[in-house]
Amino acid sequence: MSEAFSIVVDELVKRFRRFTAVNRISFSVARGEIFGLLGPNGSGKSTTIRMLCGLLTPTAGRVSVVGFDVARDPEEVRQHIGYMSQKFSLYNDLRVVENLEFFAGLYGVKGAQLTERIAWALEMAGLNGGEELITGDLAGGWKQRLALGCAVMHRPRVLLLDEPTAGVDPLSRRLFWELIHQMSADGVTVLVTTHYMDEAEYCNRLALIEAGRLVATGSPSELKRGAIRGDLLLVECAPLGRGLEIIKRQPGVLDAAVFGAALHVVVGAADRARAELPAALASAGVATSRIEPIAPSLEDAFVALAGKRHDLGATQ
Amino acid sequence: MTQAMVQVDGLIRRYAGRAVIENLSFAVQPGEILGLVGPDGAGKTTTLRILAGVLPADSGGARVAAQDVLHDPEAVKSVISYMPQHFGLYEDLTVDENIRFYAELFEVAAAAREQRARELLAACGMTPFRRRLAGQLSGGMKRKLGLVCALIHSPQVLLLDEPTTGVDPVSRRELWGILYSLVFGGVTVLISTAYFDEAERCHRLLLLHRGRQLFWGTPAELKGMLPGAVLSIASTDPERLRAALAGADGLLSAMAMGDALHVVVNEPARRIPELRTRLEAAHLAFDGITTVAATVEDVFAYMVSREPDQRGRRP
Amino acid sequence: MNWRRTAAIGRKEFIQVRRDSRSLLIAVLLPLIQILMLGYGARLDADHIPVYVFDQEGSQDSQALLKRFQASRYFDVIQVVDNYPAITRAIDADRCKLGLVIPWDFSERLNDAHRTAVQALIDGTDDNSAQLAEGYAQAVVEGYSNDVQLKWFAIHGMSQQAVAPLAVDYRTWFNEELESKNFIIPGAIALVMALMGALLSSLTIAREWERGTMEQLIATPATAMEIMTGKLVPYLVIGLFDAALCTVFAVGWFNTPFRGSVTALFVTTVMFLIVILGIGYMISVATKSQLGASQYALLVTLLPTSLLSGFAFPIDQMPGPIRAITYVVYSRYYVTALKAIFLAGAGTRDLIPEISAMAVYAVVIGFFATRAFRKSL
Repeated sequence: MSEAFSIVVDELVKRFRRFTAVNRISFSVARGEIFGLLGPNGSGKSTTIRMLCGLLTPTAGRVSVVGFDVARDPEEVRQHIGYMSQKFSLYNDLRVVENLEFFAGLYGVKGAQLTERIAWALEMAGLNGGEELITGDLAGGWKQRLALGCAVMHRPRVLLLDEPTAGVDPLSRRLFWELIHQMSADGVTVLVTTHYMDEAEYCNRLALIEAGRLVATGSPSELKRGAIRGDLLLVECAPLGRGLEIIKRQPGVLDAAVFGAALHVVVGAADRARAELPAALASAGVATSRIEPIAPSLEDAFVALAGKRHDLGATQ
Repeated sequence: MTQAMVQVDGLIRRYAGRAVIENLSFAVQPGEILGLVGPDGAGKTTTLRILAGVLPADSGGARVAAQDVLHDPEAVKSVISYMPQHFGLYEDLTVDENIRFYAELFEVAAAAREQRARELLAACGMTPFRRRLAGQLSGGMKRKLGLVCALIHSPQVLLLDEPTTGVDPVSRRELWGILYSLVFGGVTVLISTAYFDEAERCHRLLLLHRGRQLFWGTPAELKGMLPGAVLSIASTDPERLRAALAGADGLLSAMAMGDALHVVVNEPARRIPELRTRLEAAHLAFDGITTVAATVEDVFAYMVSREPDQRGRRP
Repeated sequence: MNWRRTAAIGRKEFIQVRRDSRSLLIAVLLPLIQILMLGYGARLDADHIPVYVFDQEGSQDSQALLKRFQASRYFDVIQVVDNYPAITRAIDADRCKLGLVIPWDFSERLNDAHRTAVQALIDGTDDNSAQLAEGYAQAVVEGYSNDVQLKWFAIHGMSQQAVAPLAVDYRTWFNEELESKNFIIPGAIALVMALMGALLSSLTIAREWERGTMEQLIATPATAMEIMTGKLVPYLVIGLFDAALCTVFAVGWFNTPFRGSVTALFVTTVMFLIVILGIGYMISVATKSQLGASQYALLVTLLPTSLLSGFAFPIDQMPGPIRAITYVVYSRYYVTALKAIFLAGAGTRDLIPEISAMAVYAVVIGFFATRAFRKSL
């Protein structure tokens, strides 16, 4: 396998008794790339990332990280990866610097390198001067950056992040992503899971996962462009409910739904619809104040892709 | 303006010497969807719990459906519905048994219950699962069952605590579809969310951060608070673009996305050509500059960035 | 109080017990196992206890008493000795468990209508059999003294009816065979009720907290009173079912006599269950965790019921201060009532003191239980 790919996942399967959590997933992540696994809770993201760092044994399929097979050389792989779990596995009763020292010790970072890495991590996390704070007292964003610092004490070539920003405030989230982008620019390969649709926009490339299956891969803009069958229009009209009823009945309208104080309408051809819809609405006594094409969101893309084979069934 | 369905004045709740919510004041009109938006620990759940009458407040006033919730929390319970963040139904009861249980607690007549249950279950696509144990439903289905039980007595006010967290996008859209149809029927909805993109679906927003109220108003009003405009510069290497643009005139902030650089500038008409020139001079390839709509998160991050240091609770 | 809501809560609770194998086990299997274990385990009866006798008097009366010991299947009079140290030596050498010393003025005092006593030296190394030996010896002596008394009254021209001794322990009076099985099993029903009732009710509220269903429940119009009633009535029904099951087992399997009234059994059992369920409920409200609640529940119900209720250890043989404590142990009244119903043929009217005591408890605990739960997080 070419060294261009830091992570290669080939036909990966994980079954828990009769439940298939991960169903034949394949993807590759290039060196320095930020790759996102996007999907709802229970779709198999965390299971996949745990198999990547050797915490879970796959039922079938192969995973290689920086050229090493995870099943055969788990220790070698662990030398090269940094893993940050959903719950930021920090010791809340330790001081900030004690957490950093502990994780450095785990990875065998010693001597001058240790001092240098701790200084770097404190700087990166914005915790300079806060070395002696008790970790449990930190606010979410700082805790999260500290966890990131702990995960990269040993300068891993691959960083695996499992829901790193869940519940963190947006400013902290942005700071965090800035750090991730800097690391990626330095050549670190990043694989991140998230269930926030908007957050996935920070990734270079995405894999949409639903119910253990890979639905689509591509860059955020590729996915948004390719997923929608027609064009998306924003329609502001009053009264809204009546407007929705009328629009749903119009030819050329593929889908229509309320979105806040407006409607999102998927049409076959935007130009024709922009000409025809206001008239149709007006004849039913609905006034249109605005009608314009908008860019579909990743959620639109996800719904379009996953919705095709979305089953309403329960979990097994 | 009609009498507000929910009226909150100077609401305060403390816990362990710390204010969990500080001085909240807002109102919700009948038939309106108010979104309580903020990260974990913002006070969303506490606010909803107080309004649902399950948690006392320390001071302030809160009226829901013309009842004083703080002085008589029980009076409000028959006209509202509260759905907690974590699935609050009985996993060892079937879908039908759960519905019946809640219907009887709200004294819904059997015939009315059956008719309403049938409508609601059909709207959620849950009709085939009436005899299934709630514990055996998927996450999205559980949320929908929660909503069905919450709606079985036709409440005037619906309080939903993060009903869409972790739910798949398709179920999430169905849920919003149901909410909008309720609102058309005059129901007032208070919904909390940690998804900033979801905030745009609400009629009015209450932005909360660490127990404080950052903003209360419509999404459009909120976006008006961001100085300047957001530009998207498409590129495969946004991080290098960011470095090249550092210190440019009128550049308020820059954020590398997956395949674009988002920058906030003060005067877009003047700055777009300037940025273009600067990037071309640095020989950096990019795929055009477009104006994009500011998101609620953009504004929230801007507001939080002006807050004092909040590194630890005990600095 | 809204009955419809209460019934809805009750129905829900029933469904949950039915679907929860652990609750079902506690509700149905545990009582059966307990009554079987206690019924078989209660065969503590020791017979043929070896006895040494030092008869200082050697009169007709003392011989009559000795004959009673001989006749009892519980005692074997092995040897009659003529000095005191011989008895102590025999006990030390484990040749006998009981040494009986009849004083030299035994018959004289007896006939002069004085109180008299015989001395019993008991090998206390095995506490249990010592207690049994003491109990049996006492029973034999009491039986004898009773006859003597009646004879004395007859001689002095008093009517037997008027003077028949009233306050005699049920154990000897109504359990003629002196079988500990009969003594244990009625009391065991109290133990079963206490264990089952406390365990199940201690789980109800804690379970709602642990599973996260409480928040939504308290957001409904259901009042604290309705929640409590709805949650406890199913367990009252299960408790009554278990009581019936145990009674049927006691009578049908262990041949325990049932001489009293079913109504009395019903009334006292309901009272006892109210107290037990109320306690379990309050614990559940206070601890909010299933594990903690069940441990506390066992501590405050099972322990006093098994030790201080007179279920296994006769209250009149307890030291004074402990005996005083038993008066506040609510299960004492139920155990007393059960024994009276099974063995003495008591009816509701005979049990007014016990029923009143339990009613006081039911009211007090009910009062606190209704106030224990507040509809707030």
